[in-house]
Amino acid sequence: MGIAERLIEDVGLRRGVSKLTPEKIERIVNAVISGETGARLKAYSETCMRCGLCAEACHFSQSHPDDPSFTPAGKVHQTMGVLLKTGGRVDADFIYGMAQLAYTECNLCRRCVHFCPIGVDTGYIMSTVRRICHKLGVTPQYIQDTAHSHSAVYNQMWVKDVEWTDSLQWQEDEAREEFPGLRIPLEKEGADIYYSVIAPEPKFRTQLIYQAAAIMHAAGVDWTMPAHPGWDNSDMCMFTGDFEMMGRLKRRHFESAQRLKVKRIVMGECGHAFRSVYDVGNRWLGWRWHPVPVMHAVEFYWELIQQGRITLAKKFPGPVTVQDPCNIVRGRGLEDKLREVTRFLVDGDIIEMHPNKEHNFCCAAGGGVINCGPPFKNQRVAGNEVKARQLAATAERGVKTVITPCHNCHGGLHDIIHHHKLGMDLKFLSDIIYECMVKPAA
Amino acid sequence: MHPPALWDWESGQRVILASMERPEGVAWVEEFHASPDGERVAALASLEEGGFTALVNGEQWENPFDKAWYPRFSPDGRFTAVVQQDGMWTLAVDGEPWEESFDYLWGTQFSAGGEVIAACVQSGGEYGLCIDGAPWETLYENANQCVLSADGKSAAAVVQLESLKPADLEAFQKGVFGVAVNGQSWDARFMNCWTPAFDAQGQHVAAQVRLSLYDYSIAVDGKLWGENYACVWEPRFNPATGKVAAPVRVKGLWGMAQDGQIIWEPRFMQCWHQQFSPDGKSMAAIVAPEFGAFTVAVNGKPWGARFPVVTDLVVGRDGASDGACVAALGCVDNADWQVMVDGGIWPGTWDMAWTPVVSPAGGHVAVKVAKGDRQTRVVDGRVFQREFDKVFEPAFSPDGRKLLIRGIDKGTALRIVADVGQA
Amino acid sequence: MNAAYEFVTGPLAWAAWGIFLLGSAWRLVSMYQLAKKKDASSLAFMDWGFSLRSIVNWLIPFNALGWRKSPAMTVATFAFHVCLLVGPIFLAAHVMLWDQFFGISYASLPDNVADVMTLVVIAACLYFAGRRLAQPEVRYITTGQDWLALVIVLAPFLTGFLAYHQVGGYELMIILHVVAGEIMLAAIPFTRLSHMVFAAFTRAYMGSEFGGVRHARDW
Repeated sequence: MGIAERLIEDVGLRRGVSKLTPEKIERIVNAVISGETGARLKAYSETCMRCGLCAEACHFSQSHPDDPSFTPAGKVHQTMGVLLKTGGRVDADFIYGMAQLAYTECNLCRRCVHFCPIGVDTGYIMSTVRRICHKLGVTPQYIQDTAHSHSAVYNQMWVKDVEWTDSLQWQEDEAREEFPGLRIPLEKEGADIYYSVIAPEPKFRTQLIYQAAAIMHAAGVDWTMPAHPGWDNSDMCMFTGDFEMMGRLKRRHFESAQRLKVKRIVMGECGHAFRSVYDVGNRWLGWRWHPVPVMHAVEFYWELIQQGRITLAKKFPGPVTVQDPCNIVRGRGLEDKLREVTRFLVDGDIIEMHPNKEHNFCCAAGGGVINCGPPFKNQRVAGNEVKARQLAATAERGVKTVITPCHNCHGGLHDIIHHHKLGMDLKFLSDIIYECMVKPAA
Repeated sequence: MHPPALWDWESGQRVILASMERPEGVAWVEEFHASPDGERVAALASLEEGGFTALVNGEQWENPFDKAWYPRFSPDGRFTAVVQQDGMWTLAVDGEPWEESFDYLWGTQFSAGGEVIAACVQSGGEYGLCIDGAPWETLYENANQCVLSADGKSAAAVVQLESLKPADLEAFQKGVFGVAVNGQSWDARFMNCWTPAFDAQGQHVAAQVRLSLYDYSIAVDGKLWGENYACVWEPRFNPATGKVAAPVRVKGLWGMAQDGQIIWEPRFMQCWHQQFSPDGKSMAAIVAPEFGAFTVAVNGKPWGARFPVVTDLVVGRDGASDGACVAALGCVDNADWQVMVDGGIWPGTWDMAWTPVVSPAGGHVAVKVAKGDRQTRVVDGRVFQREFDKVFEPAFSPDGRKLLIRGIDKGTALRIVADVGQA
Repeated sequence: MNAAYEFVTGPLAWAAWGIFLLGSAWRLVSMYQLAKKKDASSLAFMDWGFSLRSIVNWLIPFNALGWRKSPAMTVATFAFHVCLLVGPIFLAAHVMLWDQFFGISYASLPDNVADVMTLVVIAACLYFAGRRLAQPEVRYITTGQDWLALVIVLAPFLTGFLAYHQVGGYELMIILHVVAGEIMLAAIPFTRLSHMVFAAFTRAYMGSEFGGVRHARDW
């Protein structure tokens, strides 16, 4: 039982471990542990009573009830536990398994927080394990390629500077057919809102930019998008453990907004990007809080609705269910606003998944797991039987639509729904707002 | 009209454009810009019959374009925009497009005096810079982070020197990026290059480089410092000595290195945006002595003031002591902006403030500020009596006695010259 | 035997209490210093209100999701910790010792109540041991340290119980009991039992992050 018995071949991991020597492993493990960790890791590793309560927390362990190596404490036991016990004297094969486990079997969703009486932060420990893997050069191929892209072009999809503005102008042109006079105002200094997205939007989900522009237009929002890098708020470097690059990306993002003297940043429906901007990247840079206020789309839409700036021509047919993205619910407490927005938009009930809100189960795609790519897809889907059961339960009660205000949740749930043939649709809030809102004429 | 010595510095107010109403045939008018000398205001405008033009002091450009964006005034007062005609992009300067056009063009840049205009271009899937209409002879797989020297005679960009297959970790980590100066790339290749910067004479270029996923350094004209760091930020040349300074991260803390030697001990949670004084004798940077508490350090010594966020650092000449005048902004949660000058904090807080401007001869600082939806400026700590719907960046006369205020209020564009003492 | 009793209740007791109190203080201070040096971006978010909010919510049985999902363990651990703390402090024989040595006197528990509490602790220890052996998710992560902590805690209660009921020779058993208790005290700062010293702070930190930053419950 354990990670060694379920290794999956990955080009990046294999390449990484092929360059390791025992001396290098020991040196780097100890450099990270003594140089970069402190009281938190020490206290957690010492006070974890190995009570096993967290086994109930994790979607991976709940989906593999007979395999304790999937529990949060079990994952720490196989990774950081061994590094601390051996002082980093482990071999390359061990590092392979450790990396696979840390990158692909923990979503850093922090659900286990609700189960640990002591307050051990398993997400932090697994992030530290990933940091060590990054320093060892042992990272899955696809997420590492994403990190490379971040470093080369400041976005996660190798989108070149021109492709960004070109996509926006293309969407603006398209949208003007429907909304004469609509603008995607680039580089508008002093705008109220700086709208940022993740790179998959200009790359292949341009309809989301279209919809956002349509909503901004209809609601009369004073907004802008930058014409220069910094527009991508995503951050796979946060998840590979390349914190230096994470800092560089967040600096670029915030300074892009500061340069335009905007009042606040509104970000599209993405969870991990929110985490990186709201909670993690800012701290690495020395900012206690985000230097420019950051608002997730869920809260922004809620605000527009409160202010009466979105009116509906029709309601979306329910019933629906709601996926609570970890990073904006457990990470920001937006569960009630998400439901209020949903209630405003939907004609019919919200059939809740249980448990829900901050006790939700993760989609198993977040934390960079889906970004590790196809080799790990089956394991990821198998690791979330529990979500499949939740979804199926709502489907039995007539739910056909899952409101999912997060890109990673979309990816994760899409694979689960497809695998289990649940026949449910996934919708961003912006999909529904766009579909149902009163569209201003010329 | 340029240079500033030739601008109209007669005290008083002039109306530049009496009505900013949307002219007939125009569907909408975009954001207004003002020329540095304040003599012209301009905005891009969409035409009802289709296409875009510019309105300069109310006058349309002679020929409209299919599209126009990225409007900018050059320092010498020419109005430019990136324009598209028949599917091809180029730059229009005062309505005249460059002869060459490209598959795409963006990121207009100007030399300090405005004589030279450059932009990034993409042609046939290859990237480079175009200066006054003439593209680099060599174009690259990608070129970004373009920068123009102060005299406009040289331009540099980070370039990709080799194609990468999808998800090819090995090739990327071997290093496919470099810096090209005037189209000519350095011999050295790196995993990453960032923020190339010219020296004052436009002769040398320094850039941040990443040698492996973990080792950062500074390369000057393609040659490495020799010292590696956990991270670095943008390098800057000392205008007097030509030495290069860059913030470096050592054991989790930030300090300053110059030509590979530590000159500010790494003891800050953050250190960035360093700038030399014009005489090169002083250097200031934004630093965080403790987590979450930012200030400015001059020659390594932090000021006493602390803000959660400090931005917009400028270093100018100090009129009195022939030293440096250092100004920056502090804010709390992007609100309650305050102005710091030489370690002191001006009275008053603002909903927003813009980069301080130090008078050329030194001795005076002006800052554009906003409260609610009204804008004005603060000069040497005193608030200008008049408010506007919008003001543009302030400018001092070369002798520092007059202040140029370019503003828009109640649909009128104004040009005001005030005595600094009374401003 | 008398000399041995004198020794374990005299110098050895001083040593045990000294190690417990000074050791705990040293561990706390050094941990705080380490946190200040290495965890500044975490320490900065510590907040009294949210710390207490989290601690209080976790001290209510079946309030936290984790408690609700493992009811047997919840009952066992709450009973164990209450009896572990309250029993020894208010045991009449212990109260007498305080009076005898320091002239401090306070209320004590009836002996039969204390006896039941001791049994609860012993039973809970056996339950914990059973979990470690029988429940795969607990067995998988159990280390020698965890068994050691369990034995250290069980020993004084078991010996105390036997001594009280005069099983196995009172004089020997009482000395074993005192020594076991002293081992437990001295072990607190340096074994898994250090969660007695640190748990309030790890809990408080998690509460502060969830309350102040994430605006979500951590229970």
